[in-house]
Amino acid sequence: MHYTIDPGLYALGNPSKQSPVLVTANYKMSFDKLREALPGRDMWILVLDTKGINVWCASGKGTFGTAELVNRIESSGISQIVLHRELVLPQLSGPGVSAHHVKKLSGFKVIYGPVRATDLPTFLDNGFKATSEMRLKTFTTWERAELIPIELVGNLKAGMIVIPIFFLFTLLGKSGEGWTNTLGHGLFSILGMLTALLSGAVLTPLLLPWLPGRAFSVKGLSLGILFTIILSAFGWGDWITRTGRIEILAWLFLIPAVSAYLAMNFTGASTYTSLSGVRKEMRWALPIEVGAGMVGFILWFGAPYIA
Amino acid sequence: MGQLIYLKDVVTLKLDQKKCMGCGMCLLVCPHAVLGLTNGKVEIVGRDACMECGACVRNCPAEALQVRSGVGCAVAVINAMLGRKNSSCCCVIDLEEKSVDPCEGSTDESRASCC
Ligand code: SF4
Ligand code: SF4
Repeated sequence: MHYTIDPGLYALGNPSKQSPVLVTANYKMSFDKLREALPGRDMWILVLDTKGINVWCASGKGTFGTAELVNRIESSGISQIVLHRELVLPQLSGPGVSAHHVKKLSGFKVIYGPVRATDLPTFLDNGFKATSEMRLKTFTTWERAELIPIELVGNLKAGMIVIPIFFLFTLLGKSGEGWTNTLGHGLFSILGMLTALLSGAVLTPLLLPWLPGRAFSVKGLSLGILFTIILSAFGWGDWITRTGRIEILAWLFLIPAVSAYLAMNFTGASTYTSLSGVRKEMRWALPIEVGAGMVGFILWFGAPYIA
Repeated sequence: MGQLIYLKDVVTLKLDQKKCMGCGMCLLVCPHAVLGLTNGKVEIVGRDACMECGACVRNCPAEALQVRSGVGCAVAVINAMLGRKNSSCCCVIDLEEKSVDPCEGSTDESRASCC
């Protein structure tokens, strides 16, 4: 539980009865970002119990919500500590908090601050006014890059299972071709899987705005196809044999399918996809991804027998 | 670089302009500048940018806005389809009235990194 901090009221610097009250989640990083954004300022920080989850996710779940806020106002005794009746909330808590209900239930007026904690000093100095830029949830290249390790760790765990299976199948299916050949095939299948991972979970997120299509699957698919072409053009001497050609065809199904699927999974981490949109994308993309994956696997495994 | 926009014409956002009293709360909470205020009435100016977060609906004192809110997360949708609960994604989705909490049972670490 090192990611959570105790809910309740905290003092930043030497706050007075007039100092502003900022509200945040009890996810340690949310709290730390807030503190770091406000060096040398005197204010109160009211930490809600969001079960250690960041503001945005918690407001979507409703744990950063009207009920918790109203209860925390009560239990912290903030109304005896400050004279004013205003709370500054992160804008991204909006999906969970109903400002007019909070006002009715607690007497406190909710003021929505900027999306990013780093804009808080400007917001406070401008008399609690956020510019329209401060109100936008962005998804910059840097923000996307920061998410990649998280995506990769999850996917590599799955890869740890899939890649050895491919390797094993290679040993079983192609052992007739002699040891060096088998090893070559096995290594190539590892390379193929890693390419799909690189394409779908690393480069698609990174290049998101510049890839064709709006659906994430289309973005992942196009990059996957591109990579398969590069991969098969390079270091693959097997173009000559029929088996080799079928195998390349197999990878042409497999890599784009996996890449598209991984790209689709990035919708959850993105900051602008709607549930209706994701459902619509999945209705056609998921069957295609699964289908192409299966076709690819059958071709790949069956290549020596078909040819 | 401009704003990133997801699929066209899918969003369930609805506005009843007759109810709107022009308080501007919805404009403050919307993270994608979907709404605009002209002559004291709110208009949907960027429908396709809406991510159905529901912030505007929850903060409209006049109940002029409506949306089927949820989190646009494919992993959560898949987990819900499979009847699975835990995943590294913290999204909540409301599938057929029953709300799913994919975070339940996941480790602290994956919670921290969620979404
Ligand atoms: S649901 Fe969210 S993104 Fe859509 S208009 Fe309302 S506040 Fe904006
Ligand atoms: S919050 Fe509701 S009443 Fe206020 S401006 Fe928006 S739509 Fe109109």
